[in-house]
Amino acid sequence: MSDALVTKRSRKQAKGRYGVIGKAVDELDERLGVAKGGRGFLDKIFPDHWSFMLGEIALYSFVILLATGVFLSFYYIPSSAIVTYHGSYLPLDGQSMTASFASTVNLSFAVRAGLLMRQMHHWAADIFIGSMVVHMARVFFTGAFRKPRELNWTVGVTLLTLAIVNGFLGYSLPDDLVSGTGIRIAYSIILSVPVVGTYLAFFIFGGNFPGTAVIPRFFILHVLIVPGIMLALVVAHMVLMVRQKHTQFPGEGKTESNVVGSPLFPVFLAKTTGFMLIVTGVTALLGAFAQINPIWQFGPYDAARISYAVQPDWYMGFLDGALRIFPSWSFHSFGHTIPFEVTIPAVIFPGLVFGLAYAWPAIERRVTKDNAMHNLLDRPSSRPKRTAAGAAVLAAMSMLFIASSTDVIANFFHVSLNTVLWSMRVLVLISPFVAYPIAYKIASEMNATRGAGRRKTVNVVTRTEEGEYVATPAPAYADDVAHDLAPTPVPDFIEVTPPEQPPSDGVRTIDR
Amino acid sequence: MSDQHERRTPVSLTGLREDDPHLQPAARNPRLVERVIALTFLLGLALVVGFGASYWVNATPWILGATLGGGLFFLGVGLVAWGKYLMARGPFVEERHTLASSEADREAFVAAIVERGGGVVKRRKVLGGLLGGGLGAFGIVALFPLLRSLGPLPKGTLFHTDWRAGSYAVDQTGRRIHVTDLAVGSIVTVFPEGTQNTDRGQAVDQTVLIRLSNENFTTQKGRESWGPMGYIAYSKLCTHLGCPVGLYEQQLQLLVCPCHQSMFNVNNGAIPEFGPAPRPLPQLPLYIDAAGYIRSQSDYNQPVGPGFWERS
Ligand code: HEM
Ligand code: FES
Repeated sequence: MSDALVTKRSRKQAKGRYGVIGKAVDELDERLGVAKGGRGFLDKIFPDHWSFMLGEIALYSFVILLATGVFLSFYYIPSSAIVTYHGSYLPLDGQSMTASFASTVNLSFAVRAGLLMRQMHHWAADIFIGSMVVHMARVFFTGAFRKPRELNWTVGVTLLTLAIVNGFLGYSLPDDLVSGTGIRIAYSIILSVPVVGTYLAFFIFGGNFPGTAVIPRFFILHVLIVPGIMLALVVAHMVLMVRQKHTQFPGEGKTESNVVGSPLFPVFLAKTTGFMLIVTGVTALLGAFAQINPIWQFGPYDAARISYAVQPDWYMGFLDGALRIFPSWSFHSFGHTIPFEVTIPAVIFPGLVFGLAYAWPAIERRVTKDNAMHNLLDRPSSRPKRTAAGAAVLAAMSMLFIASSTDVIANFFHVSLNTVLWSMRVLVLISPFVAYPIAYKIASEMNATRGAGRRKTVNVVTRTEEGEYVATPAPAYADDVAHDLAPTPVPDFIEVTPPEQPPSDGVRTIDR
Repeated sequence: MSDQHERRTPVSLTGLREDDPHLQPAARNPRLVERVIALTFLLGLALVVGFGASYWVNATPWILGATLGGGLFFLGVGLVAWGKYLMARGPFVEERHTLASSEADREAFVAAIVERGGGVVKRRKVLGGLLGGGLGAFGIVALFPLLRSLGPLPKGTLFHTDWRAGSYAVDQTGRRIHVTDLAVGSIVTVFPEGTQNTDRGQAVDQTVLIRLSNENFTTQKGRESWGPMGYIAYSKLCTHLGCPVGLYEQQLQLLVCPCHQSMFNVNNGAIPEFGPAPRPLPQLPLYIDAAGYIRSQSDYNQPVGPGFWERS
């Protein structure tokens, strides 16, 4: 203690050149060997293109879902037991309802920041799935799913599917009038599966609808099982991405065998952490100012009542739309019924859409016979057929989404429901055939036009002494130039060669 | 205009000098940017502290959200700007290395799997078969909890409701419906007495009771006696997906399902006139007892609600 020899300076020296961090790395490295791979990881290059942020939005909204979800699960009670509500929301005072509904009302009015957390959770779910869809579109239209990244595409499609399922499960948990109707519809859809439908429905719900098992079962699926699988898949998605490295758009200095951009540490880390804060901040602002799912206005679920203008969350819209516009083609024969009016739009159709998504990389490989490795992205315009196919699917899905509000449209435009129904049927069927040629044409035209898709520079027109006019293009915009700058290798952030060193004139001094 | 941004040519693969343009910040005026970022961080810090304070005093949700969201937002914007404008502007390059192993490595790996594994299995076919059989059987047995305990078997449950010969029709509060109770043209949701407060009663037995102006109304051939004194009753479960058919259009005599807008003609056996519902709503045969109460003659003559495989 009293050792006078221990000065600030000598203590610092004892710690070595890099102080505490250096020491900690030493200790870790002796046991785990983290330094070799770690340094490579810090130097990992991330392309600087805005479209790469879409996946980040999805990742961060997933993190927000985990965090706010844990908060909610402290207060939410997954039980169909009937209770009488006596809480701070007076209009419902004295009503009997399930414990899950009562606890969600309590969570909204009696728990500190509870309403904020609920609304953030719900908004994060909508943003999560939305950003996944847009991220998927980016990957699709740029051909990032091609060899060697087919596996990660498959992981991505699975994540989207599970996210939609989990969103539906979560939406059901409050047991309010709107979500209860959604569960009823889900039950009937399961029932519609030929041969095993009734068994499936009884096993999932623990009996006939509604029963008391469904809320606790949905709860454990929603908070543990599905998010657990998703977390594992998200990790797998990231590991594959790190191992295979990012794709990049073609540009000066960018080749199939390099990656150009910013290093993980510190540039990308700063940007991405900042972005995570922004996504969380925006979600909190939405949770604060944009009301979502005010279940106390809907009231508790009662199988014999229904609220009007029932609409599911947006990502279920295409299913609802398909159910609305599909004709009433029930099949009865041989003493059996196949409710095609349900089975086709709500079981077979989504199966086909997601099946197509899973199979796309294989389909494309078979058609193009392209089995090469691809690290450079396509511009969507340079693959008119793929772009047109994607546009066709998006068009049909958007029309189905619009079809989920046939009644609202009819009321709003004062036209008959029948007109709206038939228009939507026609639109859904023809929209892919309209979208395909239009997208194909635009893409091919852009492809054939030099400089399309880039910012135009002005032409400077000068008049020569002879009276002749000459147009010379002005130099490219400063940041366009920056975009095309030739890349250089990862710099040495730790040991920068000091500038005093003689330049590369052949003479090198060696420090010993 | 591009003079400010001197074009940076690629440098060699070895370390960069400290004054290399790639290591310089992208901002033209780093001092100014630094000050702006400092201001953003300050704002973010203040709001985050404000969030703590408003949480402590239990402020209204929008104040909580505004301080939390605003705080994180400003911290995030500052950090992104720091990374974008004040750190090394790059761009930098990293080489990819082929992920695939050498031909020899691959060969050795496959050989190990096929030869070692195959050797073992081929020499001990019986053992392999027994082990495979045991594990396979376990795989099937492991499904039993899913099949036997998750729920009861459907059996006949979907074919019947709780309406019986002589069930009193009661409303949601349990009051028996008397023939004088309903005004002409009005509608009420009824249940067989005793089930009005049960899940099953509400989900399966729910029935709409309508009083028509025509006292001798027959909805369809063969149902002459089903609607005494203009009282007719239909299952309230939509035959599409089982939503309650909650909306009665009195002028058009239509029952409308709000879920996907199926419309059922009350006057004509509740045949679907519009929408995706494939079948009429089943009709409940009624009678009026000596005391004037509305009761059912029997259960529905077919399963109510959406379609499923076992129904004919
Ligand atoms: C995969 C991501 C997830 C999605 C898409 C999702 C989506 C949703 C949605 C839409 C709701 C309805 C909210 C409302 O009432 O308006 C909800 C409720 C809920 N979620 Fe999640 N969630 C996810 C993950 C989680 C996790 C990981 C947990 C817990 C650890 C959780 C816990 C809860 C709880 C307890 C509720 C019911 C309380 C309430 O409704 O307010 N969620 N979820
Ligand atoms: S449930 Fe009634 S129309 Fe779909």
